[in-house]
Amino acid sequence: MNLTFANPSRFLAFARLAIPWVGALGAVLAGIGFYGAFALAPADYQQGETVRIIYIHVPAAWLSTACYGMMALSSIGTLVWRHPLADVSAKAMAPIGAAFTFLCLITGSLWGRPMWGAWWVWDARLTSVLVLFLMYCGILALWNAYEDPARAGRAAAVMTLVGAINLPIVKFSVDWWNTLHQPASVFRMGGSTIDASMLWPLLTVALGLTLVMVCLHMAAMRNEILRRRVRTLGLMAASRETQGFSA
Amino acid sequence: MIAAFIVLFRRDLMLGARIGGGAGVGLVFFLMLVTIMPFAVGPDMALLARIGPAILWVAALLATLIGLDRLFQADDEDGSLDLLRMSPLPLPLVVLAKGLAHWISTGLPLALAAPFLGLLLALEPKALLAVTGTLLVGTPALTFIGAIGAALTAGMRRGGLILSVLVLPLMIPVLIFGISATAAALSGTIPFMTPFSILIALALFALVSGTVAATLAIQNAEG
Repeated sequence: MNLTFANPSRFLAFARLAIPWVGALGAVLAGIGFYGAFALAPADYQQGETVRIIYIHVPAAWLSTACYGMMALSSIGTLVWRHPLADVSAKAMAPIGAAFTFLCLITGSLWGRPMWGAWWVWDARLTSVLVLFLMYCGILALWNAYEDPARAGRAAAVMTLVGAINLPIVKFSVDWWNTLHQPASVFRMGGSTIDASMLWPLLTVALGLTLVMVCLHMAAMRNEILRRRVRTLGLMAASRETQGFSA
Repeated sequence: MIAAFIVLFRRDLMLGARIGGGAGVGLVFFLMLVTIMPFAVGPDMALLARIGPAILWVAALLATLIGLDRLFQADDEDGSLDLLRMSPLPLPLVVLAKGLAHWISTGLPLALAAPFLGLLLALEPKALLAVTGTLLVGTPALTFIGAIGAALTAGMRRGGLILSVLVLPLMIPVLIFGISATAAALSGTIPFMTPFSILIALALFALVSGTVAATLAIQNAEG
């Protein structure tokens, strides 16, 4: 039993140190970025003040796919190496990724209404992100369906890897199809097309929120490890009691 | 090995066809879905003819879903899945045999019934042909994508709902190209073969990846 927990214990010690620092750094960076976004950065000459939605929408969109990527990597760890922390990581990531995807969809919808005149259009980018959100929901449902965490972990890992096929579709949907959603403008061949005055707050917010995501991920992993320990202790106590009755 | 594959294939076909197999229920469900549509959108024949291919495709997709939960569950309950895992026949071939038998008993009847149900929706002959052709190619893709979910939820008491939630997003591409091939056959702005060959590619891809992923899920279910 102790051997199984050896690695998670080291993780818990590391997490205790890292969580406050990563969280604080992320919050400060995101704070600076949001100050730059809402106070310093200019309004767009066409879109006016609504352009400021970009500072939440784009980082959330990046993180929604990054979280799924992290979940897919963890799933490989579960299926190939049976690493005890891999399925903990995958499980902890799922609700965070779902939250960022939801945030991305909501802010996109709020931005679409004044700019495109519609809350929602069925273009390839929007649809593929909606499908990404549905995948997250399905994986969360799968996690909740099994009682045994190890078994749930392997089932969710298979599902996550199958669903990973959607990631390149999300990324390249704006290039493959003629979409109403604009193509990539920050990371593209030939440099960014966003002015530096708007780019630095965007990148600062993105970095800050990424650190916040890492902090939340570690905290959720710690909770999951502790939850599993409580479950194991409960099962052990129950089996001790039944042994007491039979003896 | 081939003999074992054929035996398993025939066993599943027979189990599907006989009492308790439920192969025909999907077909009845398909008919019912198509029947309630005119009540929902009104009996306007011109409208029905326009959205008919979409109705048939969505109905076929939903009818595929309802039979899927039993694909591995019945064998998991009575222990024959454990025997199959221990048998010398490689597990991917077990999954392939069961998937093909399941498609023949549930998916193929849907495609064959589509032209008759299309008459209820006032489809023109060209559309009937296109819908039948696309369903013939598309239903194996649906079955094998669904096999992944069926394998993941085999040991669950109420796996059917989770199965639908898991596999429906993955079925969207098949639906997209099935419908666009049908639309291409009708309007003629793009050649029918362009989306249809993508649909064939999707079916072949689902046949391989669905088999592999379902195998992985069954292997990982225990131990």
